Amino acid sequence: MKVGLFVTCLVDLSRPGIGFAALKLLEGAGCEVVVPETQTCCGQPGYNSGGREIAKALARKVLAEFRDCDYVVAPSGSCSGQMKVATVHDLFQGEPDLPEFEALAAKWYELSQFLVEVLKVDAVPGKFEGTVTYHDSCSGLRELGVKMQPRYLLQMAGAKIAEMEGAERCCGFGGTFSIKLGEISTRMCENKCESIRATGAGAIVGGDLGCLLNIEGRLRRTGDKETKVLHFAQVIAGEG
Amino acid sequence: MQVQSMFFKQRASEKLGDELLQGNMRKAKGKFVDGRAKAVAEFGVWEEVRSHAAKVRDRALANLDAYLLEFEANATRRGAVVHWAETAEEACAIIVGIARANGVRKAAKSKSMVSEEVNLNEALEAAGVEVIETDLGEYILQLAHEPPSHIVAPAVHKSKEQVAELFVKAHGKPRLTEIPAMTREAREALRGHFLGADMGISGSNFVIAETGTTLTVTNEGNADMVTTLPRIHVVITGIEKVIGTLEDFATLIRLLPRSAIGQTVTNYLTLTTGLKMPDEADGPEQMHIVLVDAGRTKLVGGPMQEMLRCIRCGACMNHCPVYQNVGGHAYGWVYPGPMGSILTPVYVGLENAGDLPNAATFCHECAVACPVKIPLPELMRKLREQQFDRKLRPWPERLAIAAWAFAVKRPALYAFLSGIGARVAKWMGGREGLIHSLPGLDGWTKGRDMPAPAGRTFRELYRQRSLERR
Repeated sequence: MKVGLFVTCLVDLSRPGIGFAALKLLEGAGCEVVVPETQTCCGQPGYNSGGREIAKALARKVLAEFRDCDYVVAPSGSCSGQMKVATVHDLFQGEPDLPEFEALAAKWYELSQFLVEVLKVDAVPGKFEGTVTYHDSCSGLRELGVKMQPRYLLQMAGAKIAEMEGAERCCGFGGTFSIKLGEISTRMCENKCESIRATGAGAIVGGDLGCLLNIEGRLRRTGDKETKVLHFAQVIAGEG
Repeated sequence: MQVQSMFFKQRASEKLGDELLQGNMRKAKGKFVDGRAKAVAEFGVWEEVRSHAAKVRDRALANLDAYLLEFEANATRRGAVVHWAETAEEACAIIVGIARANGVRKAAKSKSMVSEEVNLNEALEAAGVEVIETDLGEYILQLAHEPPSHIVAPAVHKSKEQVAELFVKAHGKPRLTEIPAMTREAREALRGHFLGADMGISGSNFVIAETGTTLTVTNEGNADMVTTLPRIHVVITGIEKVIGTLEDFATLIRLLPRSAIGQTVTNYLTLTTGLKMPDEADGPEQMHIVLVDAGRTKLVGGPMQEMLRCIRCGACMNHCPVYQNVGGHAYGWVYPGPMGSILTPVYVGLENAGDLPNAATFCHECAVACPVKIPLPELMRKLREQQFDRKLRPWPERLAIAAWAFAVKRPALYAFLSGIGARVAKWMGGREGLIHSLPGLDGWTKGRDMPAPAGRTFRELYRQRSLERR
């Protein structure tokens, strides 16, 4: 089974360890993983800023890069939403290449969904002792239905999960929103951090690096140097 | 209402710093969100009815012209006069004209957001008519000289204590502390106005084509008074409120109060069809129905048409994490929250709406909550596309997107730039790995650190790994 890893631009730039954790999990489960070198971004920043043509150009670029893969997997619900939902339901409606994007959408998976629903893993390499709390990022949850999969995997690694109040509420990241309307974004993030603190968990875990950088940035600014901020892939791959 | 939406960012900032407001908003949030969630869970067939309701609204919009004419014919048959107002000014002129022709000195109003949209109160007051808001929330705001901050709970931004203060000033009675007593005092103050008004003005949640009926849902019964006691009843509502049948209404009313505040049914449902008949004890001698366009037909058949499905329940704002934090006044016009971020630019102009289409993280809570399945985030995105195409966003933002777009389409250039970026940013993060301030990104760094990158990109490390393995 040939699996293309869509690394995501944020992981590439900021936290390559998440990419390697995903790689380890997929290879460990017996996948042949390819990482097209020319990949950059799914185009969502352009799409959400009103740059429809930019988003379409980038989606076509991704399509070409992963054409010969049986599956494509991304350690992000947000980028996966862009490639599974936005392309098919909006960007390429009425375009001749819609069927190709439908095929891409059908073989594209968010990492936790791929591990649980396609590979049906029953063991993970990581061991985690302690309690974590899980933040459901918006696109993964509401566009793709990512909810129990990462929790299931975390528990497989031995983590205890303390659910926070409002786990499904937006952390305020929203891509460029976090800069354009930074003050509102910060307040939304502070609300999220309050919920996290109230659980007493030693780590906040999520599946989208954008949310995680946002949460980590706010926790550190408010003096919390202790709480770990981790992608679930790092935890279950034993790289956290 | 004067449009202030271009100041959204500044106003939001003030609201974020208003501790009293923040407390009031926190209290309200639980009531709305938890109440709706419970009502939806108990309902059992929510998604099925929701899909049907969206179809009911779409059918009404597809047959808008036919339904409106059918409504006019049936309402006229029952003795009402139907007026068509293409603009806000026309709507006011029609109602002021009715008031003048009949020597109206006092008008009692039940809640109407369309009347806020067209500035009806100001127009009537300028014509010498005293206007009294009789919805409790609207009454409070009239005393406070403030516009509503929510379409269903207009005074949701006020605390009990703030209301008590307003009542002391207005009623000249000792300060009250309990809500039932305060409500009783307001009721007593309003009773005289109901009896003394020459004109009753109501909005209408829906107008029904097959019967010529207008209808209002309230929890206070004030619409019952306003529509029956004064000798003249004026209904003001938007043309998109028309639905085909009572059956359609039966579907929509199952969703409206549940979505709004988690109520299975409102305390009062006021249906008005025509005038007082010779054998009836109550009802107006004249009934005027003013159907307002004010930009609505522009949406029909266009990319924003789905917005006209809206049944004004307020669920989108109740569930919006931006609204929950800044409140309705920050949005700067009649309609706040996600619906306002769409209706403001389409009704008063994209160039006057400032940041509103961008005041969302696209978290999709509104789309999930909307009882008639309006794809609110998608509509906001369409407005962002229009802003982008018309170059309405500030130039540094446009430049940044253009530069980013140039680089991401060129993998070699992108790899080179991201490699440099990762190293520079790592260096900036120092030993702690945290960047405290970043030029151009102060929106982020004012309230948060930027966790510094690891220093080398995945791309570089992966290439190195591949070489080592060979």
